[in-house]
Amino acid sequence: MHIVVCVKQVPDTKIIKINPKTNTLDRRSAPAILNPYDAHAVQEAVRLKSILGTGKISVLSMGPPQATEVIKKCIEIGADEGYLISDRAFAGADTLATSYALSKALEKIASVEPIDLVICGKHAIDGDTGQVGPGIARRLDIPPVTNVIEVSEINSNDRTILVKRKLSNGYELVRVNMPCLLTVEKEINKIEYSPLPNMLKAARYKSNIWSVSDLGEVNIAQLGLKGSPTVVGKMFTPPKLEGGKVLEGTSDEQVSQLMDVLLEQKELLNVK
Amino acid sequence: MSEKFDVIVVGAGPAGTACAYTCAKNGLKVLQIERGEYPGSKNVMGGVLYRKQTEEIIPEFWKEAPLERPIIEQRFWMMDKESTVSFGYKGLEWGVEPYNNFTVLRAHFDQWFAKKGVEEGVLLINETVVTECIVEDGKVIGVRTDRPDGEIFADVVVLADGVNSLLAKQLGFHNELKPDQVALTAMEVINLPKDKINDRFNLQENQGCTIEIFGDSTKGNLGTAFIYTNKESINIGVGTTLSSMIKAKMKPYDLLDYLKTHPMVAPLLAGGESAEYLAHLIPEGGFHAVPKVAGNGVVVIGDAAQLVNAIHREGSNMAMASGKMAAEAVIQAKERNDYSESSLNSYREALYASFIMKDLEKYKDAAHLFENSPQYFKEYVPMLNQAMSKFFTVDGTPKKEKQKQIIKGFTSEKGTFGVMKDLYRAWKAVK
Repeated sequence: MHIVVCVKQVPDTKIIKINPKTNTLDRRSAPAILNPYDAHAVQEAVRLKSILGTGKISVLSMGPPQATEVIKKCIEIGADEGYLISDRAFAGADTLATSYALSKALEKIASVEPIDLVICGKHAIDGDTGQVGPGIARRLDIPPVTNVIEVSEINSNDRTILVKRKLSNGYELVRVNMPCLLTVEKEINKIEYSPLPNMLKAARYKSNIWSVSDLGEVNIAQLGLKGSPTVVGKMFTPPKLEGGKVLEGTSDEQVSQLMDVLLEQKELLNVK
Repeated sequence: MSEKFDVIVVGAGPAGTACAYTCAKNGLKVLQIERGEYPGSKNVMGGVLYRKQTEEIIPEFWKEAPLERPIIEQRFWMMDKESTVSFGYKGLEWGVEPYNNFTVLRAHFDQWFAKKGVEEGVLLINETVVTECIVEDGKVIGVRTDRPDGEIFADVVVLADGVNSLLAKQLGFHNELKPDQVALTAMEVINLPKDKINDRFNLQENQGCTIEIFGDSTKGNLGTAFIYTNKESINIGVGTTLSSMIKAKMKPYDLLDYLKTHPMVAPLLAGGESAEYLAHLIPEGGFHAVPKVAGNGVVVIGDAAQLVNAIHREGSNMAMASGKMAAEAVIQAKERNDYSESSLNSYREALYASFIMKDLEKYKDAAHLFENSPQYFKEYVPMLNQAMSKFFTVDGTPKKEKQKQIIKGFTSEKGTFGVMKDLYRAWKAVK
């Protein structure tokens, strides 16, 4: 069983500052971290490998050379190999160009060792689009299964996997043939505290770094800024909520005050 | 899993990294274990890095290390409630190579320093806590971490785990720290535009200044406050011995707030934006508090060995120097293939022959004297302020008469003999 996890290095959006003039992220203001959803994706691969008792976990990322740091983090969690595609030609890529580049790298990885399962995080916390995972699946012509919160069964004999998806109004159980691509939610697992041997392996680990020329036949026009039709119309910081009122008194008093307020503001609420 | 290293260094502060770097540079197989997210993430100091001891490990480090400003001026304030007597030294020679000291932000510097070690071959792992030394037949043979499969072995374990060295305590080298042996310091990093800093502190591009403040900065308790200039921020902090804090029922953050709003200090910080808030223990027990520093298969360095000169606010330099000396002892021990206490004692000998223990010995009674004689901070600093105020106030009184009044002011309360005694004792403690 060969599982490949796609990961992204992102700025820690918990502490990042927004440039007030351009409304873009000031990336220097926050350290780069492994996208938290992707950490869960790697953890799930580690869990599946331990259930199966055998297998190999590769991680793949696209980014500047320092993105090898997040690959090391994946090795700590338990990945076996890491690949970084890094080239000026990839710079400025939107989700379309990114999924193209990653799918080319996946094809190259698969040419050496066929891939059974691709796992991605639900989305990256810096863009929140959630498009790259499904984009990769489309290009590789494998089924995408998004918003996965549980892998209930994995069967390497009949090559199927049973997963539970989180929908807005419930859950969905899907049995799907492998190879397929999952994007996972945080609820899928808890990140385990890595064993010391993993830490030592990660500290020593040198990622495989590929440039465009290592990817074989690639249409340059589909890469980077050139291959990115997305246009950002406008960026703005949502205005901060102002005012507000704190209700005081016993719970009963607070409830009756709240009812008064709600009835008063009825027209603002979407009720008939 | 029983991988074995030549050396395991516990901690990635200045001491640990100086030691790990030196060992790796000399071909030893080194594992360095840091509990923080990255080196420097948990470390706290006022922010003065000493050129001399850093240079002895990495020559011309100032060309690439993330430093803030070279310190060209050191000011000292004897501060009262609404006044201060100040003196100091400013010299442009400190602003050019090879410099004297620098201000640094630890989160940046420690990370860079540790990276230099990694470039020399140190294997560094973060976010891992060493819970105890593994001892076999009276000899330290490795460490146990809090991770699964967390045991790892080495010929020598270097304890650079900071002021409250749990590992040195576990080995019985240390007793529990006493409240008068540690200072509790709270500090804040306050962002301020470069121009404002330069104007307010009378500095030019790439010039820095330090202010050490005695007296009302600690409400007269044994301790000091400091203000250091970074590129675009100011470090301000204050600490007193834990025992003073307990006695006076003070909280470290209240003291820092008091300092920040003090009329002598507030204008320097006006308009600044708080960026970071930190608190830490500083070993101030001095000479008498230094524990056993070498045992079978183990050495203790830096804050863990209580190597801080409180009077001169020196610590990181002693940390680095002790780390280097320990590394040299370990390298020799490897040549002899003898990691016993008597072999590693060459570190202890080097330490005691160096400026570190000589300086600590010089001031060995100072902290004790000041701790037990609160008049130095509580009474003499205000008296000095009143004297200066009197002397420089032009009110038609002849200067000779003023001098008389000043001396009377000093001696009326304690008597001439009392003042002379205090002066003599203070001089004896620091001479």
